[in-house]
Amino acid sequence: MARFTLEINGRQQTVDADPEMPLLWVLRDLLNMTGTKYGCGMGLCGACTVHIDGSAMRSCQTAVATATGKQIVTIEGLAANGLHRVQQAWIAEQVPQCGYCQPGQIMSAAGLLAQNPHPTDSEIADAMSGNLCRCATYHRIRNAIRRAAAETHS
Amino acid sequence: MSTQAGATPVKSRATISRRTFLASSAAAGGALVVGLTLRNRLRHLSRDASQDPFDAWIRIHPDGQTQLVLNKSEMGQGIFTALPMILAEEAEIDFPRITVVQADNAEGTGGSGSVWEGYKPLRQAGAQVREVMIAAAARRWSVPAKECRARNSEVIHTPSGHRLSYAALVQDARRLPLPDPNTVPLKDPKDFTLLGRSVPHLDIPDKVRGAARFGMDVRVPGMVYAVVAQCPYFRGDLLRFDAAAAKAVPGVIDVFDIPTEPESANQNTREVAVVATNTWAAMQGRKALATEWRPGQYHDESTESLTAQLRASLYAQEYWNSTNTGLNPDTVPAAKRLECVYEFPFLAHATMEPMNVTVRLEDGRCEIWSPTQAGNGTQESAAKFFSLDKRNVTVHVTFMGGGFGRRFGETYDHQAFQIVRRIRRSVQLVWTREDDFTHDRYRPACMHRLRGGIDDQGNLISWTDRIADTTIIGQRDPKQAQAYELGGAVDQPYPAPYFRMSYVPVESGITRGAWRGVEIAFNVFAVECFVDELAYLAGRDPYLFRRRLLVNAASHVTARRSNFDGQLADPTRTIEMLDLVTEKAGWGKPLGPNRGRGISCFYSKTTYLAQVAEVMVKDGSLRVDRVVTVVDPGRVINMNGIRAQIEGAVLMGLSAALKERITVKNGMIQEQNFDGYDMLRMPDVPELETYLVEGGRPPGGMGEPPLALIAPSIGNAIFAATGKRLRRLPFQLDEASS
Repeated sequence: MARFTLEINGRQQTVDADPEMPLLWVLRDLLNMTGTKYGCGMGLCGACTVHIDGSAMRSCQTAVATATGKQIVTIEGLAANGLHRVQQAWIAEQVPQCGYCQPGQIMSAAGLLAQNPHPTDSEIADAMSGNLCRCATYHRIRNAIRRAAAETHS
Repeated sequence: MSTQAGATPVKSRATISRRTFLASSAAAGGALVVGLTLRNRLRHLSRDASQDPFDAWIRIHPDGQTQLVLNKSEMGQGIFTALPMILAEEAEIDFPRITVVQADNAEGTGGSGSVWEGYKPLRQAGAQVREVMIAAAARRWSVPAKECRARNSEVIHTPSGHRLSYAALVQDARRLPLPDPNTVPLKDPKDFTLLGRSVPHLDIPDKVRGAARFGMDVRVPGMVYAVVAQCPYFRGDLLRFDAAAAKAVPGVIDVFDIPTEPESANQNTREVAVVATNTWAAMQGRKALATEWRPGQYHDESTESLTAQLRASLYAQEYWNSTNTGLNPDTVPAAKRLECVYEFPFLAHATMEPMNVTVRLEDGRCEIWSPTQAGNGTQESAAKFFSLDKRNVTVHVTFMGGGFGRRFGETYDHQAFQIVRRIRRSVQLVWTREDDFTHDRYRPACMHRLRGGIDDQGNLISWTDRIADTTIIGQRDPKQAQAYELGGAVDQPYPAPYFRMSYVPVESGITRGAWRGVEIAFNVFAVECFVDELAYLAGRDPYLFRRRLLVNAASHVTARRSNFDGQLADPTRTIEMLDLVTEKAGWGKPLGPNRGRGISCFYSKTTYLAQVAEVMVKDGSLRVDRVVTVVDPGRVINMNGIRAQIEGAVLMGLSAALKERITVKNGMIQEQNFDGYDMLRMPDVPELETYLVEGGRPPGGMGEPPLALIAPSIGNAIFAATGKRLRRLPFQLDEASS
């Protein structure tokens, strides 16, 4: 066990954890931030996606020891105030069904648009290929990303 | 015809709250309370016959706020928006004033039944509300009730223009008798103003913020986390375990063995619980645990052995048969004959939220938080397990990370109860993804052997279907299986003068269960591919071949009743679906090399559907480009929700058709995680076009029927593109045979 200070959604948080403990479980079980979801534990489904220093990363594959000194953003902190434009697009397109994978989908989509504001359909497909949705809301996810991209003026 | 999402979305301030329900009017604080029954076919799953006569309640409070308490589970299918819409429409309640309240201990939710079955009772109860409000207002004004009407939570006296809000009428209305729900007048559907519109789902804002609380998100003060090392063999046995290394893992609190649930795959043995201060420590503890398991009676079961058993059963002594003439159709003279075998693997549910349950046992009361399709079943088993009165057991139904027929409790509930009894602390039991893949209740593996004959004019003469199936119901009683598992096949819509269906159940150690669509999800593949094959055998266009058969069915009273509910399909509606889908898809227009279109149609749960898929097969790879689906759902409740259900079902069916297969070796499931069991991902997603045609009937089931068509549409499209038939799911191009 060791003490780690993490910067999560702009706030410093201190936890006592095994250095190997994945960030996913630090968030969920130690910090009670349950918006980030467990789906597979192997980086195969994307449900646990967060942003680390601006890039979409799988928190189940990120040991807490490697996350110190970095800026971590979770679904709870994606928008400083109100909703991020990706979240707004998700509501406008009525994407979620069961909703469980959607925080991860939204974090992946926001990560994509931050780096590529106007992705082609094949760039969307590539960037989102790591996120599974069992309700298969992919059709609306794609439309929501197109919508969020169209609303970006840059 | 409506082809687009409806007019202005209704803005709703309503939110879903989840809290303990108190049924009595007194507890409802002066509210008008109306009870109703949402005729739930799954009620028989409950082991307790002493039920409240009602399973839903409407409460209108003196401030006008209205609660609809639903004894149902929301798993993303949108019923917590659709069901209050029906109430708002009929009761003339301003929709944003309605809040849905999740009842504790909710009853079985599944089978595409919530809207289909709830439509009439909700309208009747809504009409009771409307009429009692009108009666109360008419008394207040001393005018005839027929001079009054209701609109937007108000009663209006038409001649004078006087208005009274429902809020102001609640106290008067409570003292009046409610009209009889069976005779109360219902609105003329042409006066509907809300039903059919596209209304945002009320739970979506919380779901995009990460604020929706799923079962795994439940946090109870002082709780601990547990995982269980379960026998990897079906019906295997725990020989020994050594907990020392597991107990040494930081965060692990205790390690002990517990008896397995009597109905689980590993009955009559023990498994090992690892309890820790957090989920990850519990998982690490289990990794460190030394266990030795002994294979059981199914130790040599494998996909190969099961396939051989299923194949042999296609020719073996039949268990059951049904025939329309008593003659063997295969002996009737025919100009051309065809025999084909279709094959389906076991499938996993793979809900994105793995199985979990949280249990607190304190002061003679048990509280359970569960993402479940059947909270009442969990309530009953907890009461039995802890020897508690059922009233002292409460199951809080949480949001559910996917249901699809998976979440009917049993094994994991039992594990959590055992752990709580031992450690005397609140516990959250979590199945890892690996647990979920290897201890699911899988969609049955199955084969069809279809034989057909046509005469020299291309008329269908004979149709023989043999199903060999690792049955769901048959796990308990094989004699019951044919009543449940032949849907889509025994009631297929194409009339043949000589028809015969037979069935052979196949024994397996693999636990089976309902998987979205249950039997239709595979039987319809066999039927819709085979009729396509017969069309080509007859030298006819597969759309026109189907159409002619359905015209025959419409002109002779030969239609078969639905195996599911005994309803009689109207073949003319299926014909209209086929005509429309071919028009929308551009059926017959040239597509170019390596491309093809495939068609299919279906009737289930009073919903009519037809579909055309376009594929490209090139350089050994298959791409699905476009899927056009036409649906007559009866009446549309929420256009947004119904389209979501159709799109999701089509793509989940596509996932099964292209990717999914559970394999068995040495009596164990091989696939452990999404690397071995891949599912549909964004690059595989075609453009979807969905058209809805309201047929003027009450709404039908929508969660499952649209899933059944995509596999045959694609199989038929692959044939159109390549001249090769793929008769085994998931499709593998290198298996193609002409």
